[in-house]
Amino acid sequence: MALTESRPLELTTGVDATEDQPLGAFTRPRGVTGWRSWLTTVDHKKIGIMYGATAMTFFAIGGLEALLIRTQLMQPNGQVLSEEAYNQAFTMHGTTMVFLVIMPMLAAFANYLIPIMIGARDVAFPRLNALSYWIFLMGAIVLYASFFLGGAPDGGWFGYVPNTSITFSPGRNIDFWIFGLQITGIASTVGAINLIVTCLNLRAPGMTLMRMPIFVWMSMIAQFLLLFAMPIITVALFLLMFDRQFGANFFNPQAGGDPVLWQHLFWLFGHPEVYILILPAMGIVSEILPVFSRKPLFGYPVMVFSGIAIGFMGWGVWAHHMFAVGLGPVAVSAFSISTMFIAVPTGVKIFNWIGTMWGGSLRLNTPALFAIGFIAMFTIGGLSGVTHSLSPHDRQQTDTYYVVAHFHYVLFGGSMFGLMGGFYYWWPKVFGYLLSDKLGKWNFWLWFVGFNLAFGPMHLLGLQGMPRRIYTYDESLGLTALNTLSTVGAFIIAIATALFLVNVVVSRRHRPATMAADPWDGRSLEWSIPSPTPHYNFLEVPVVHSVDDFWHRKYTEDEHGRLVKIPPMQAEAIAEARADEDHAADHGHGIHLPSQSFYPFVTSLGLPVIAFGMIYQAYVVAVIGAFILIGGLYAWTLEPSFEPPPPPDPLDDEHAQGDMALVGASNPAIAATETPALPAAGRSSAATDGQGA
Amino acid sequence: MFVPAVATLGLLGSACGTQELPQNALDPQGPVARQLDNLWDPVFLVAVVVFFLVQGLVLYCLFKFRAKSDEDAPVQVHGNAKLELGWTVAPAMILAFIGFFTVATVFDINRRAEGEEVVQVNVIGHQWWWEYDYTDEGIKTANELHIPAGEPVQIALNAEDVMHNFWPPKLAGKVYAIPGRTNYMQIEADVPGEYAGQCAEYCGLSHANMRLKVIAHERADYDRWVADQKRPAATPAASDANAVAGAGLFGGQCTRCHVIEGVQGGEIEQPAPNLTHLASRTCFAGCMFEMNDSNLRRWLRNPPAEKPMNPDNNQGMPNLGLTEEQITQLIAYLNTLK
Repeated sequence: MALTESRPLELTTGVDATEDQPLGAFTRPRGVTGWRSWLTTVDHKKIGIMYGATAMTFFAIGGLEALLIRTQLMQPNGQVLSEEAYNQAFTMHGTTMVFLVIMPMLAAFANYLIPIMIGARDVAFPRLNALSYWIFLMGAIVLYASFFLGGAPDGGWFGYVPNTSITFSPGRNIDFWIFGLQITGIASTVGAINLIVTCLNLRAPGMTLMRMPIFVWMSMIAQFLLLFAMPIITVALFLLMFDRQFGANFFNPQAGGDPVLWQHLFWLFGHPEVYILILPAMGIVSEILPVFSRKPLFGYPVMVFSGIAIGFMGWGVWAHHMFAVGLGPVAVSAFSISTMFIAVPTGVKIFNWIGTMWGGSLRLNTPALFAIGFIAMFTIGGLSGVTHSLSPHDRQQTDTYYVVAHFHYVLFGGSMFGLMGGFYYWWPKVFGYLLSDKLGKWNFWLWFVGFNLAFGPMHLLGLQGMPRRIYTYDESLGLTALNTLSTVGAFIIAIATALFLVNVVVSRRHRPATMAADPWDGRSLEWSIPSPTPHYNFLEVPVVHSVDDFWHRKYTEDEHGRLVKIPPMQAEAIAEARADEDHAADHGHGIHLPSQSFYPFVTSLGLPVIAFGMIYQAYVVAVIGAFILIGGLYAWTLEPSFEPPPPPDPLDDEHAQGDMALVGASNPAIAATETPALPAAGRSSAATDGQGA
Repeated sequence: MFVPAVATLGLLGSACGTQELPQNALDPQGPVARQLDNLWDPVFLVAVVVFFLVQGLVLYCLFKFRAKSDEDAPVQVHGNAKLELGWTVAPAMILAFIGFFTVATVFDINRRAEGEEVVQVNVIGHQWWWEYDYTDEGIKTANELHIPAGEPVQIALNAEDVMHNFWPPKLAGKVYAIPGRTNYMQIEADVPGEYAGQCAEYCGLSHANMRLKVIAHERADYDRWVADQKRPAATPAASDANAVAGAGLFGGQCTRCHVIEGVQGGEIEQPAPNLTHLASRTCFAGCMFEMNDSNLRRWLRNPPAEKPMNPDNNQGMPNLGLTEEQITQLIAYLNTLK
């Protein structure tokens, strides 16, 4: 395990390059409260919360679209939506849920949690992190602006040509889709680089890769997938843009182009995308189950490597979306086999989760319910996934509601259940109060029942002959009863989701004056710091000795392997020794937090301007947008790397005593934002200092 | 987790008992569809077993390992290499077994039916209707595919505009119709009858209305149908004034898009269904409407109002602004096209 045991990379110091004095006009903002602080923040926690809030907003919008779809299909010959509106609704529902809900929610979790789980004070590139959020928001705005500017995209989230070509979709709907996705793609790529570097370089001393929390592992794999998948959709969208705007013929069969090429490109992105959406949720479940079973994750290394295996194999299965396209028997066979075998690492995960619960002491709080619900529902999605790999029979399944059922079991029963469990689990760490367990259980059971009512019948609907993306169906098809049932389920889901929001508000009203740091008896580092997380995260960066390091400060095992709580006296001694060790490792570095900046936001403003210029073929506008973008980046590079000393810090609690120097961002050596200013400092090296960068 | 199982099983029971499911893929009516179903059935059983195994284990954990107190001291098991190896290898072996039969079937269903007597049809997808071109017989028709029962029919698929997907669920799995490419599929019906289907790939505005019908005949009936279709279009009797007037109207307007064999028309601007034997069909407009006078009348008054289309962009039939009298004449003429 030489590779995983090696120390994080040490970067060269960037001190020399950033010691310039600030130019008067470019002092960096530093208010940490008020709306401006949100606009200029580079704090991974605030950015995480913004990602989460934005994603929840779009979850409501995407859910509304789903309700419209289900209301239309409740009865044959539904009249709720016109065919045009229906096509827009299902296109935007899919696009929203994938790109504007699950992806940013995962970004929210990754942003907030990765630093506090690996013992860092921020991500590797804080300003870049802010940029990636703002770019994401701009992309979402471009996409949704279409509703007010002549009609939303209506080509399906998969956008198959030639239907989306200028000949058959002459409106601007598809152009909004192209540019909206293109912009969110930049956000994902930027974010992926940032989080990968964070995972690799900013881990606390002693946290080798094989001691990294499993959620961090799964997120990192997902970020690698993003990094390699986003360029593919970018290329595909560029080609489509050239076809539509400049009369290129990449996908035009009349001119020798190939519409099947689009499908290959889209699914070569699209299938890894599925694993991008599910792997971090698997990570969340793998964090929750051990805590609520009071047992370590069963087979941590196998869980890590099965995640990696899924990540690799995820690149070799894309053509199972195309079994009916006519690829020929050899290709179809190859992709059938690869699709079957990706079920193996997935199955391993499911059995290992059961192994985690087996023999444990299960507490069924809301997070645990969602995690166990994930296992139950994801299993169904996995099994229907295996049936897709029977490629001859997939000719019956593909493009029907059977597939709709399958991926909702994976993405809703999987990703969303995992994410919801994550919300309940980490809410106290983020907001300083627990969500009500009682409302949470209602939330879970209603979600669970509604979900199964909505999507269970779709398996049968598909096999009984209901194709996807139809705005109407005839009574003679005999599909009415199941469709009605499904619609009822959809509304139950809506009620349950509203209950979550009610829970947030009600629980907040009853929040305690102080929140315990470790309400669940947690295992990973984030539970060792106060709730809500202080803005510097760790007063002293901990030294890590094992997986679940925090747990082992509280518990040990007897000779039979049984759990034993370390007696208070002894625990105190251990805590003291640990604190000394942490302090020694951290000594002399103080807390260095990056300075805020306007420029991520300013830079991101250029992109929608470019997009609107391109969509309306007003190229002057696009050029203006390019100037905003370049101007923002230029000012960014000129921005002083530090600001005047901050006002006295409110951090004068009992933690901040002793010789703990609160250097703040006024130390030029470590405040250099994106410039890697990481002076090597013994064993702690980049891990402890990196938070300055 | 038994909610979906119970709910769907219950509904399946009631649905099967009381209702017809004309597009039910689980009810194959020919050897091609049955071959797919035969692959599905055993795998579905395996999946059901795994389903109950996993859900059973989860439920067992829930009941057996509930926390009894905060003082519980569970054994801290960190993993078990043998078990983990076991549940890696066992599924892999089951899947390899399934994979073997899958690959065999893949190559099997890609074989083409050959021979002098095999009926060959070119199926061409249009926005939003199906064209059937029996090249050997020189017949062109739309939406209703006629085939002989009890013998394989070889289909070659193409598309005129965007991608479509030909799916008669009881007779075969679906295959894409792609502009610029030719795909092949076989279909076969055991017995004569009507088999419903529809386009399965989203193809724009009226995707939901792009339906189809496969009508299987005894071989002798099929041969008779072919002979009937081969006849040139009927000329209306001079005594039928409406039909004669309708023929005139048709020649002036409709031939810009529709072909009637034997009727002179100009250049075809946009391909539309061949109407040579329209009156012999049971449905029209992508099999959206039953063929009868009142449906035809409603259709001719304003086609885009009856079926979502976008004629301004050459997608579908425009409103021709016909008067009621003209419509009566046209229907009279169309009814002669037996």
